[in-house]
Amino acid sequence: MLLQQLVNGMMLGSTYALVAIGYTLIFGVLRLLHLAHGEVFMVGAFAGLQLVLLWHFGPLGALIGGLIGSALLGMLLELVAFRPIRRRGNSHLAPIVSTLGAGLVIQELMTKYFGAEQSAFPSSLHSVVYDLGFIAVTGTQLFIVGAAAMSMIILHQFVTRTRYGMALRAASENIEVASILGINVDTVILLTFAVASALAGIAGVLVGLNFSAISPYMGIDMGIKGMAVMLIGGLGSIYGAMMGGLILGIGEVLSVAYLESAYRDAFTFGLMILILIVRPSGLFRTGLHVER
Amino acid sequence: MLGSYWESVAVFTGINCLMGISLYVPMMAGLISLGQGGFMAIGAYVCALLTRADVPFALALAAGGCAAAFAGVIVGMPALRIRGIYVMILTLGFGEIVRVFFATFEPTGGASGMGGIRPLTELWHVVVATGAAVLLLWRIRHIRFGRAMIAVHEDDVAAEAMGINLTRTKLLSFALGSLMAGIAGGFYAHQALFIDANQFDFMRSAVTFLYVILGGAGNPFGPIVGAATVTLLPEMLRVVQDWRMTVFGTILVAMAVWRPDGLLPALRARGA
Repeated sequence: MLLQQLVNGMMLGSTYALVAIGYTLIFGVLRLLHLAHGEVFMVGAFAGLQLVLLWHFGPLGALIGGLIGSALLGMLLELVAFRPIRRRGNSHLAPIVSTLGAGLVIQELMTKYFGAEQSAFPSSLHSVVYDLGFIAVTGTQLFIVGAAAMSMIILHQFVTRTRYGMALRAASENIEVASILGINVDTVILLTFAVASALAGIAGVLVGLNFSAISPYMGIDMGIKGMAVMLIGGLGSIYGAMMGGLILGIGEVLSVAYLESAYRDAFTFGLMILILIVRPSGLFRTGLHVER
Repeated sequence: MLGSYWESVAVFTGINCLMGISLYVPMMAGLISLGQGGFMAIGAYVCALLTRADVPFALALAAGGCAAAFAGVIVGMPALRIRGIYVMILTLGFGEIVRVFFATFEPTGGASGMGGIRPLTELWHVVVATGAAVLLLWRIRHIRFGRAMIAVHEDDVAAEAMGINLTRTKLLSFALGSLMAGIAGGFYAHQALFIDANQFDFMRSAVTFLYVILGGAGNPFGPIVGAATVTLLPEMLRVVQDWRMTVFGTILVAMAVWRPDGLLPALRARGA
């Protein structure tokens, strides 16, 4: 029973982690609170769903579709809503207004196109159940955990091994110095949005597969949770976001299982506030200093 | 005098101005809140509970405001050690906790909300309260406490070295802001006549933040201009009916690009 709950928690937590990594990447490079990131996540879920419904793609196809859809949206947001603001000087609050506005637009357009009701992936996608004796997992659950783990491993390889990944980390360390050292900052920022949004898209499809409730409003809750996870892990810390996501997912599932479902969100924000009080830099200290 | 529709729009505009000012005050000390909806909810529920028990409206409003201010001090304490974006996420989390609390707290109706609130809010109440808040905002930068807040905002280490009590300044500014949000909540409850937790969700806090930024964060009249614009704009955008939020969102992005400092220019304190 406990083991089963732990597996459920890890599944939920890995989707939180994917969203939070996106937040933390964007925050690291731009010091920007991307309030439309939840909407990017939601668009990924819809992109995957459409591929399955219209062209009968499998889960993997849906995943790749969601990834691409979200990445394109994220890049579009950067080009339309953020880059023009940076060009005109560095007001630190205007970009947040811009993310809010962009989020509203995406939400209403999606509601217009897909309606406000919840839709779901066809149930044929989650049929097989593997009984391992002490624990029963469905094929979907295995797929979710596998996909999330793969995404994080690929991300780790990308930021540590590739030129672009290292450029991204350099920009996150100090964007001016990175630019002096010959890194094309605009390209890196665009790349950051693409990677961050792609991860959110993956999370969108995974959440859709698992909870079968895709609606234009699913991004709001996830957006807020993702921010909490980023903060628990430490702003700008990729590995902190991974750990924070898992801790939160497992904690939430356990508090629903052993306490009451109402305590689920209380756990999230209670933990967040506790972290802020005892260790404001998050579980993983990043040394990022945030002024005002 | 005004039609009842426009009177109601005017009351909500006033309430939103109060909300804008409630965010502006702690912002003067450098604390930006994304959880004003939570303070508003506390004020609304406390005030509505008291008027239901036949407490006079004025007293109930004050009690709601004080309850919110008390919550503001509690939230302000962890905010003493952190700044900037941390404060924004902290207050955002606080707002969510309050929403979840009222969505599950059965004595105030839980998820089905709280109805049967008497229509006690009148236009002149809101006008007087908003006027008082505006006056306070206009004068506050000239008194000791206001100057202390501005100094903390500019550089808290230097301010502390000059003998300003950081703890007191930050907590007081937070409490003052929450007090106003709580009173705004009380007015709101007795105008809307029905409240539930979802009326005080993250969107409420985010829109309150928009009032200040759009109006101009450096100008004491900014939150009023911003609140009036944001409240009245969707009313005017009724022409475009179904596309209201799309048009509104686009305007926000355009504003952020072309007028990042808001509609009104920044003012500097005299002698600064």
